Amino acid sequence: MWWEYITYFINATVLAAALRMATPLIFASMGGIFSERSGVINIGLEGMMLTGAFMGMLVTFYTNNPWVGLVGALLSGGIVGMVHAVAAVRYKVDQVVSGTAINIFAVGFTVFMLRTIFDVAGTSPAVPRIRTVALPVVRHIPVIGEIIGYQNPMVYMALILVVVVHIFLFHTVWGLRLRAVGEHPKAADTVGINVFLTRYIAVITSGALAGLGGAYLSIAHLSRFGDEMTAGRGFIALAAMIFGKWTPFGALGAAMLFGFADAVQMRLQEVGIPRHFVQMIPYILTMVALAGFIGRATPPKSIGKPYEKE
Amino acid sequence: MRRVEKTRVTALQRREARVRRRCSRPQAARPKHLHTFGESAVENILELSHITKRFPGVIANDDISLGIRRGEIHALVGENGSGKSTLMSIVYGLYRADTGEISFKGAPVQIGEPRTAIELGLGMVFQHFMLVDTLTVAENVILHAEPHSWGFVDYKRAVKAVEELATAYGLRVDARARVADISVGQEQRVEILKALYRQAEVLILDEPTAVLTPQETEELFQVMNNLREQGTTIVFITHKIKEVLAISDRVSVLRRGKLVGTRNTAETGQRELAEMMVGREVLLRVKKEPAKPAETVASVAGLQVRDRRGMPAVKDVSLEVRRGEVLGIAGVEGNGQQELVEAITGLTAPEEGLVLLHGKPIQGLSPMKIKRRGVSYIPEDRHKRGLILEYSVADNLILGLHSDPPFVERYLFRNDRQIKAHAARLVESYDVRPPNPDQIIRTLSGGNQQKVVVAREFSRDPEFLVCSQPTRGLDIGAIEFIHQEIIRQRDQGTGVLLVSAELDEILSLSDRIAVMFDGRIVAVLTIEEADEQRLGYLMLGGDPQQATGELESGVTAK
Amino acid sequence: MELRQSSLSSRNLLVPLGSVVLALLVGAVFVLIAGENPITAYRVLFVESFGSVRSIATTLQRATPLIFTGLGVAFAFRCGLFNIGAEGQLYVGAIVAAIIGVSFGDLPRVIHLPMAVAGGMAAGGIWAAVPGILKAKLGVHEVINTIMMNFVAYYLTDFLVTGPFHGGRWAPETDRVFPTAALERIFLPTRLNSGIILAVVAIAVVYVILWKTKTGYEIRAVGFNPGAAEYGGISVARNMVLAMVISGAVASLAGVEQVLGVHGRFIQRFSPDLGFMGIAVALLGKNHPVGVFFAAVLFGALRTGGAAMDRLTDVPRELIVIIQAMIIMFVAADELIRRLFARRGKA
Repeated sequence: MWWEYITYFINATVLAAALRMATPLIFASMGGIFSERSGVINIGLEGMMLTGAFMGMLVTFYTNNPWVGLVGALLSGGIVGMVHAVAAVRYKVDQVVSGTAINIFAVGFTVFMLRTIFDVAGTSPAVPRIRTVALPVVRHIPVIGEIIGYQNPMVYMALILVVVVHIFLFHTVWGLRLRAVGEHPKAADTVGINVFLTRYIAVITSGALAGLGGAYLSIAHLSRFGDEMTAGRGFIALAAMIFGKWTPFGALGAAMLFGFADAVQMRLQEVGIPRHFVQMIPYILTMVALAGFIGRATPPKSIGKPYEKE
Repeated sequence: MRRVEKTRVTALQRREARVRRRCSRPQAARPKHLHTFGESAVENILELSHITKRFPGVIANDDISLGIRRGEIHALVGENGSGKSTLMSIVYGLYRADTGEISFKGAPVQIGEPRTAIELGLGMVFQHFMLVDTLTVAENVILHAEPHSWGFVDYKRAVKAVEELATAYGLRVDARARVADISVGQEQRVEILKALYRQAEVLILDEPTAVLTPQETEELFQVMNNLREQGTTIVFITHKIKEVLAISDRVSVLRRGKLVGTRNTAETGQRELAEMMVGREVLLRVKKEPAKPAETVASVAGLQVRDRRGMPAVKDVSLEVRRGEVLGIAGVEGNGQQELVEAITGLTAPEEGLVLLHGKPIQGLSPMKIKRRGVSYIPEDRHKRGLILEYSVADNLILGLHSDPPFVERYLFRNDRQIKAHAARLVESYDVRPPNPDQIIRTLSGGNQQKVVVAREFSRDPEFLVCSQPTRGLDIGAIEFIHQEIIRQRDQGTGVLLVSAELDEILSLSDRIAVMFDGRIVAVLTIEEADEQRLGYLMLGGDPQQATGELESGVTAK
Repeated sequence: MELRQSSLSSRNLLVPLGSVVLALLVGAVFVLIAGENPITAYRVLFVESFGSVRSIATTLQRATPLIFTGLGVAFAFRCGLFNIGAEGQLYVGAIVAAIIGVSFGDLPRVIHLPMAVAGGMAAGGIWAAVPGILKAKLGVHEVINTIMMNFVAYYLTDFLVTGPFHGGRWAPETDRVFPTAALERIFLPTRLNSGIILAVVAIAVVYVILWKTKTGYEIRAVGFNPGAAEYGGISVARNMVLAMVISGAVASLAGVEQVLGVHGRFIQRFSPDLGFMGIAVALLGKNHPVGVFFAAVLFGALRTGGAAMDRLTDVPRELIVIIQAMIIMFVAADELIRRLFARRGKA
């Protein structure tokens, strides 16, 4: 009886769905890691995702090729990231304010352009999307095959990205320097690391990755853009990053957990657990983690502070 | 970027080769300085000529010329604020001198930032370490000069390089440990390793022993000896004469931004150095009657306080302050005075011991409660503690009184009329300029800002007054004024505890003097027993017994 | 820190005014993209928001909730705290006001309305207290926690409005509040209601708290210099929590006003980012109650005029959102603004 209950909630179908839900979060949280590990708070992930979702759709609409659209999303996210970098690093704008401005701008910009270009409100016309593929051998493995054997290429990209970011951060010269800049920029500066350049690159990368996360929604998961379609996923990605203690695999785990909560909420609703309470879980867990009740999540030390040479 | 990468790699390879050479050659050549102690034939690796550096209101370095010889340990001593750290920060490129030149290995150099200094072969270990807590020891050492292949950090090689260096110089440290998990002494070793890894030929250590335990200090001296034997030049900044005598070859003394002189350590002694440091300036003596001390107003018994890092800072201190006397606490800064004062005024909770006011314990009470019982406090740092710079003079004059009548009515509302009247009164009687209570205090001069603090704290008619560095950074006029006010408080029957790093101030105001060193009160003298030499000697960790002996043998009987 | 703490004086008006001008210039580029003449579009914008008594009334009605959220955010700023949680606080305030409004139909107006308002404020205050306590006691940065609390508030109110307090109609909203709990309309046919009076009172109260009480003295002291505040016997932790509670209570009035004065009921996700716009209002108003009023009126005018512009020209109303975002960015980049306008002055 209890086993049936468990398998009703935890099974290959739900987990495959969880992975799909987690994918945009993974992209954006990897972006968040770049920015915050360099010492720049990125509240603007939501706006960067939304811009990426829109531009991904737009470029796909004109080129008819979602892969080119993906590049468009990457670039546009990077541009928004650059705005954040210039504001936060060059002009020492409060990083939270800058992120907030970016989020608001993205909402206005995407809807404005949608209406100006297509003269429609709400949703864009349908565009081609990146189609789901079946992995040749993997799909025949029991359970695992059911979970990851038949997914969108962007899902696989997200998983590979996690590994790449991990290797970059913890095994390369640049990753080491990035972490040093985020923790103690003055120490990094005195040994000759260019703190400003490091932060610029990190924040631009952050925007580019968040842009990909947004594009997943508009040209992989769906095949159109809708007003405010990111619906707070940038903030969940931020939460995943924090809950995962600013590490790639931690963020992946958190994104999967949050994706799972998302995937299972309908089934829980059926047994009388209101889905709204399930949806609160990511946010409450993040607060609990920050407060230190489950192994304290400590942000990079210099985060939020503009660096100034003497 | 590319090019820098390359030079890093070659520097790294050179260094590895050097370490290997050294390790395979246990009998290092005798250091040069032992052969050529004569004045003429010695090579100066670093030469400063006519360095002057002004900060607003002070000359930190006044025309200083100094030569550091290759292979020596050169001690740079002086009291706080004498300019020694500023001088070395100029050498390391953190500050730019206003005038003067630096040459390194005989050639003039421009050092605009630390990067240049590092590339020349200069290394500096700061009092506040420049280490990334979350990284390992090895990662900190190799940062931006990483051994790598195709951008992937070769951690094995890094750890090996660090371990080899550590062994070569006797710097015990675990290369794989996270910096957050190691002791302060070990962190210092990591800083030294960082400099050595970057092939520093001259190593500047800024008060390295300030954060160390005696055992760690011993170990550091061993390391410094090893470094000297292997040819590294060391500039050792300190204010502890014992250490100078224990480790250095030569010593230069700074006082108030000027170089007093340089001596061969072997040819000088404690007395001469103490005199050079403290000086014999004409004193600003305050006119005062002899004190008429009455009953004890405040006392401290067996007080133990830890500092922010959790290290014991005040160790078993007991003191008594009587009505109508000034008890001065002499001591080099950082010997626990700050923590003592904050424990008395309620800003930190003492770990153990009692603070009594009129015989009643007040330790652990909130600062507000302690204030209300009649304790006034002039804090050491008026910008961090004493004032809210964005507030007006009037609003600053009620800080701490702001929730008491007559400044509030009906528990909540400010009584602006009373606040204004109060401000007008104090601005007038303490001669705050400009005499405008509405002026934002940030725009006032330092002296007038401090007058506001003094006015606020003194006007409350305290039972017990704690003054910490009350005249720091002020001009003569303001200093005289504040000194007179302190004496006036004393004469009105207030018990005064005065903490100051300025010996002049201690000597001219105190009736009794307690000397604080390494968290303890090492001696309590009456004003008649005290003089600059004796206090200076005690403050710098001298032996109290010996100080007494010197006194008795008539040294100070001028 | 300069951003969060500054006084309102003529010298300080350069940055806000310069920011608005620059943002309008950027907006003009978007007007061109939309294929319209910027002068035409901005004229429509101005005329429709200030051109008649009726349009001014609409502008004030749109400004009302922004005054509340702007005041709330500004109040926290004065204590050195960044409250991005006004959005969540106004939702919990709104739902509680609505719940009280649809219940207790037999109460007289003098009790029912104050009860609904006070209930909403209490809810908003409690909501903001949580990140305040976490900051004061555990040192957790309030920014992330206020954001997280926003989402918890969304889902909590989603649940309440679709579940226990779902009204009689199909849409996700409560029933209409009883007239005894409503803020009455004061300028028909616009939806301007007595909430605007409440807003003016709130401005006065915030001003008095900040500059005329010992509490304000302490809160601002903590915001400027926690070290000196502590020395002066002021409890940093207690004042941080108190500042967040007041901030949340004031911000929540935006939700209360929308429920009791505009919609007459709680509608799921009714707020067009009123809480986030509060940040813009606070920054533009230099965290001063009077500045907040003018900034809110400006934003209210933009919303009113934007809607008209949408109807009368080819420019979508989202232009307003873009302009608001640009204002936030420019106000915060005061170094940039000062340089730009100083250079222009020289040339």
